[in-house]
Amino acid sequence: MIVYLIRRFGQSLLAIVAMAILVFLGVYAIGNPVDVLINPDATQAEVAATTARLGLDKPLWQQFGIFAWNALQGDLGTSFVYGRPAVDVILERLPATMELALVALVLSVGIGVPLGVWAGLKPDSMAGRTIMGGSILGFSLPNFWQGMLLILVFAVLLGWLPAGGRGQTTEFLGMQVSFLTLDGLAHLILPAINLALFKMSLIIRLTRANTREVCLQDYVKFARAKGLSSRRVVMVHILKNIMIPVVTIIGLELGSMVAFAIVTETVFAWPGMGKLLIDSINLLDRPVIVAYLMLTVLIIVSINLLVDVIYSLLDPRIRLSEMKG
Amino acid sequence: MKAVALPMLAGLAAAGFAPAMAQDLTVGLKSEATSIDPQYHSLSTNNQVLQTIFEPLTSQNAVQELEPLLATSWEAIDDTTWRFELREDVTFHDGTPFTANDVIYTFCRIPLVQNSPSSFTLYMSSITSMTAEDDHTIIMETAEPNPLLPTDIVVLPILSAETLGAEDDITFAPNGECEGLGDVPQSPAFNDPEIAVGTGPYTFESWNRGNSLTLARFDDYWDGTPDWETVTLRPITSDGPRVAALLAGDVDMIENPPIQDVPRIEEAGFKIVDSLSNRIIYLHMYQDPDGEAPSISGTDGENPLLDPLVREAISLSINRAGITERIMGGYAEPAGELLPPPMFGTSGREVDAYDPERARELLAEAGYEDGFTITLGTPNDRYINDEQVAQAIAQMLAQIGITVNVDAMTASQFFSRRNNQEFPLWLAGWGASSGEMSSPLRSLVASWNPEAGLGTTNPGRYSNEEVDTLVQQAMAELDDTERERMLQEAATIALEDHGIIPLHYEVTVWAMSDDLTYEPRRDQYTLVSEIKPANGQD
Repeated sequence: MIVYLIRRFGQSLLAIVAMAILVFLGVYAIGNPVDVLINPDATQAEVAATTARLGLDKPLWQQFGIFAWNALQGDLGTSFVYGRPAVDVILERLPATMELALVALVLSVGIGVPLGVWAGLKPDSMAGRTIMGGSILGFSLPNFWQGMLLILVFAVLLGWLPAGGRGQTTEFLGMQVSFLTLDGLAHLILPAINLALFKMSLIIRLTRANTREVCLQDYVKFARAKGLSSRRVVMVHILKNIMIPVVTIIGLELGSMVAFAIVTETVFAWPGMGKLLIDSINLLDRPVIVAYLMLTVLIIVSINLLVDVIYSLLDPRIRLSEMKG
Repeated sequence: MKAVALPMLAGLAAAGFAPAMAQDLTVGLKSEATSIDPQYHSLSTNNQVLQTIFEPLTSQNAVQELEPLLATSWEAIDDTTWRFELREDVTFHDGTPFTANDVIYTFCRIPLVQNSPSSFTLYMSSITSMTAEDDHTIIMETAEPNPLLPTDIVVLPILSAETLGAEDDITFAPNGECEGLGDVPQSPAFNDPEIAVGTGPYTFESWNRGNSLTLARFDDYWDGTPDWETVTLRPITSDGPRVAALLAGDVDMIENPPIQDVPRIEEAGFKIVDSLSNRIIYLHMYQDPDGEAPSISGTDGENPLLDPLVREAISLSINRAGITERIMGGYAEPAGELLPPPMFGTSGREVDAYDPERARELLAEAGYEDGFTITLGTPNDRYINDEQVAQAIAQMLAQIGITVNVDAMTASQFFSRRNNQEFPLWLAGWGASSGEMSSPLRSLVASWNPEAGLGTTNPGRYSNEEVDTLVQQAMAELDDTERERMLQEAATIALEDHGIIPLHYEVTVWAMSDDLTYEPRRDQYTLVSEIKPANGQD
């Protein structure tokens, strides 16, 4: 297990280095940040001074060298736009995104798994068909359009919920969070639903397929034959065995939700990292873009590791085969 | 799923999202300030927000005429010396009195701001000395005559020397070499409301980056009690969600609603105000006789844009009224100059007529009866409907035989490529921050001249000696009448030469609940201090 983890860790480091080089070159090719940041009234001398101040007057290899050297010491550079360390700028936005992603995850699992199991147990019933029909919708409607529709119905027409923003936040474990106040919750609901719908559909379909498969297994039939209550059959024998693929998906999807909640954050003016990334790309805030993508790789890699650990807890066979490997 | 969610929602609704009190104001802005330090980033996004907390010596009204603010009056004693009389009995938010020392401190700090993405030094670089005649009189000297000095300092709001830890006696010197400043706080320090104190109508309360900036009424404001108890500014960058926030009642006012949504907003009972802006949308062309014009074919390697006849033909082939009507939904005005009349330096030049017949004749006369092929560069997310305008122009030019390939891209990429001279023909915009004609002339039309800081945004390298001479003279002419005459003449020469082709002036739109009033501004600023309750009277 340890050997395996170390090997995985090495691979992740490689991924991060490759990412840094690719992103740095990519952003370098897009354009010159000074052209975007500088006041149009600035004279040529001002432009030159700003270029020098941001270190953009040096040749590409030198710029990359400085960046890489500083990165090795844990300094990912200073944001061009905010004049503060890029990592600080990003971490400031992390809680908002994490909160949104976690609430969306709870929603999609909490609703998706029961509905999926139900649809799997009674595939031909009215309810089962409705659930499956709904999940197709959740899959196929574009995220942006879905979000706008949620705003239109619940904020503009019904006026029940705010149309965007984060509302009131409170201090929790040193972070600003919204889920502890009513106002904050109200602001959280729509974007969380918007972010959750796609994942929910995915989980519904996955659980349904697995449930149908597991239902036909001998041990389920045996459990039923023993006269166990159907509730116990479902809760223990079926649920436990369909959770492995679901956990995989949850892990992968949480990573992608944190990293790419961009559309939802844009539609709901949610002050998270995705929104920051889009703004930074528009302003060519090179250090923030590079640092963001590297943090993203880090997050996804860590989540994958975590998923592997949970796997081995759920299914001892995985752990044992790893030990041999 | 809905069955689960609905009772919860109803409960939340009952818990009360009471509509905002009449004393509070929430505004949805298109972008967010990058710092609370008013000397960090020279950008209208920052200025429009921070000028409600901090105030400059002079200001511009809705039509960009100069007005007194912290300075009550000013005069040019001679060609290079100015005297500013300062307002008395003004206090900063923390109670420190406003004096000449604060003005000197403010100007001293500008070059010392670290990491600035775009420095304010540009607006004070002409000042060589600054002294306090007494507590409420400032003398400024410049090396060369600078008639625009009182206009330049509109974007330099005054900070409190005492609060920021300066000594009682500051000696001014150019290039950040002042004495007596003490330990100068850098921009991040301004996140603290104790440090970010100005003399403006609202005090800085809190800033939740990306989400909201909160301001509160300053009860001791020198010019009467401000209208709102608290003001919340929310950045909502996407157009659709910004409109939705207004319709849902989350915000009381938004800037720049998309023009296609305006009828819907009005139907929902909201008020729309609009104003002609100082922003000209123009076509510029690569006109360097010594350079190789990019992306032009069918001309045997010649650059047709060097011929004034061809440039005139391009201008005459454009149906500006059609673009204004059909693409801009009426929220624009066809332009014959670089600034809408009657602003300072405009002459009321007629808009070029739409005359494709004549345009074809001119092309033939220039030896291009078969036309040629050219690329038109344009941003697709910077100006109102920019890409659609470029596409329309491409079709209009096709009518006279010029084949145009439109190359549209995001603004950040466009500006870099334009400044690298990658386009033979491009569409862009210019907002005259000074509100007078020297701004577009110096940047867009004057010859490229790094020493003098002229022609900065003239990557096409248009060059006209007469224009240059007049612009240089006007820059040193303190007599307003004479300066205006020179600017009019310079602009007319460049426009008649079709060195630059004006298309239209943008109209800026604001939407708000109908119990508010706002006098729409030419500089496109959304100034909180100017948003008033509509007490049933306009």
